Amino acid sequence: MISLDIWMRENPLTYVWFGSYTFALIIFAIEIAMVIHKRKITLQQVRLMRNARDETREDAKEEDAA
Amino acid sequence: MAINWFKYSAPTTFYGLAGKMIPWFAFFAAILFAIGLYIGFFVAPMDAQQGEFYRIMFIHVPASILSMFLYLIMAGYAALGLIFNTRLSAMMASAIAPTGALFALISLWTGALWGKPMWGAWWLWDARLTSELILLFLYLGFIALHASIEDPRRADRAAALLAIVGSVNVPIIYFSVTWWNTLHQGSTIKFSGTSMHIAMQQAMFTMLAACWLYAIAVVLARVRSIILERERNTAWVTQLPGIADLSEVKQ
Repeated sequence: MISLDIWMRENPLTYVWFGSYTFALIIFAIEIAMVIHKRKITLQQVRLMRNARDETREDAKEEDAA
Repeated sequence: MAINWFKYSAPTTFYGLAGKMIPWFAFFAAILFAIGLYIGFFVAPMDAQQGEFYRIMFIHVPASILSMFLYLIMAGYAALGLIFNTRLSAMMASAIAPTGALFALISLWTGALWGKPMWGAWWLWDARLTSELILLFLYLGFIALHASIEDPRRADRAAALLAIVGSVNVPIIYFSVTWWNTLHQGSTIKFSGTSMHIAMQQAMFTMLAACWLYAIAVVLARVRSIILERERNTAWVTQLPGIADLSEVKQ
C-alpha cells in the first residue's frame, strides 16, 4: 500500500489517466458491446419467430390443398 | 409547421426516429470526448492545492451529475408509465437504468481514486459518498426487480414504484454537503459564479456534454432492442426492412 502511495505521487498523470479515464472508457466500451450484442440477439429472435410463423402458415396451406 | 410530438410516444414511430438520431448523438459524443480530454489534459493548468489529481473531476463530476439526472429521468418515465399506462415510458425507464448504474459506478470509482491521494482513504462513510452508493443500489434494485418478474407490464409497474420512491435519494445526494458536515467538498460551480479557471470549466462542461450525448445514444440504442423484444408479435416488427429482407433471402 505504501509503495502504491509513493507511485501515485510520483506518477500522478498515469494514475489519473489509467485509474479513472481508462476505467471509464472500458465501462463505455463494455456497455456499447452489450447494447450491440442485445440488438443482434433480439433481431435473431424476431427473425426466427417470423420464419417459424411463415413455415406454420405454409404447412397449413399445404394441408388445405391436400 | 407544427410537430405532432404525441406521434413519437408510440413505439412504432419512436423506433425509426431513435434509429436516425443514434449516429448523430454518438458522433458528437465522440468529438466532444476528444475535445474535453484534450482541454482537460493539455490546456487546463495544474491545480495549486491538488496538483494533477484534480483532473479526475473532468470525468467524476459529469458522471455524478449524469447518475443523478438519469435517475430522475428514469423515475419520471416510470411515473408516466404507471399513471398513463404508456408502453414507451416504461421501456425508456428500463433502458435508462443500466446506463445510470454505470455512471454511478464511474462516479464512485473515480471518487475513490481522487479520495486516496487527497483524503488518504479510498472510501469514507461520508453523507455524499454513502447516498451515491445508495443510488447505485437503487439502480441495481430497479434492474433486478424488473428482471425477476416475467410479465413485462407487471415488472414495469413494480420497478416504477421503486424508481419513484428512490427518487427521494437524489435531493439527499445533492444537498448532503450543505445539510451535513461532510468531508466531500461543496459545489464549486454555483449560479452566483465560480472561482474555477476558464480552461477547467471548458473541460468539465465539454465532458459533461459528451457524457449526456453518449448516454442519450446508448439509451436510444437499448430502447430500440426493448421495443423489438416487446413488440415482436406485432405486424410492423415483422415488416421492418432488416427482418423482412433476411427471411426473403432464406426463401
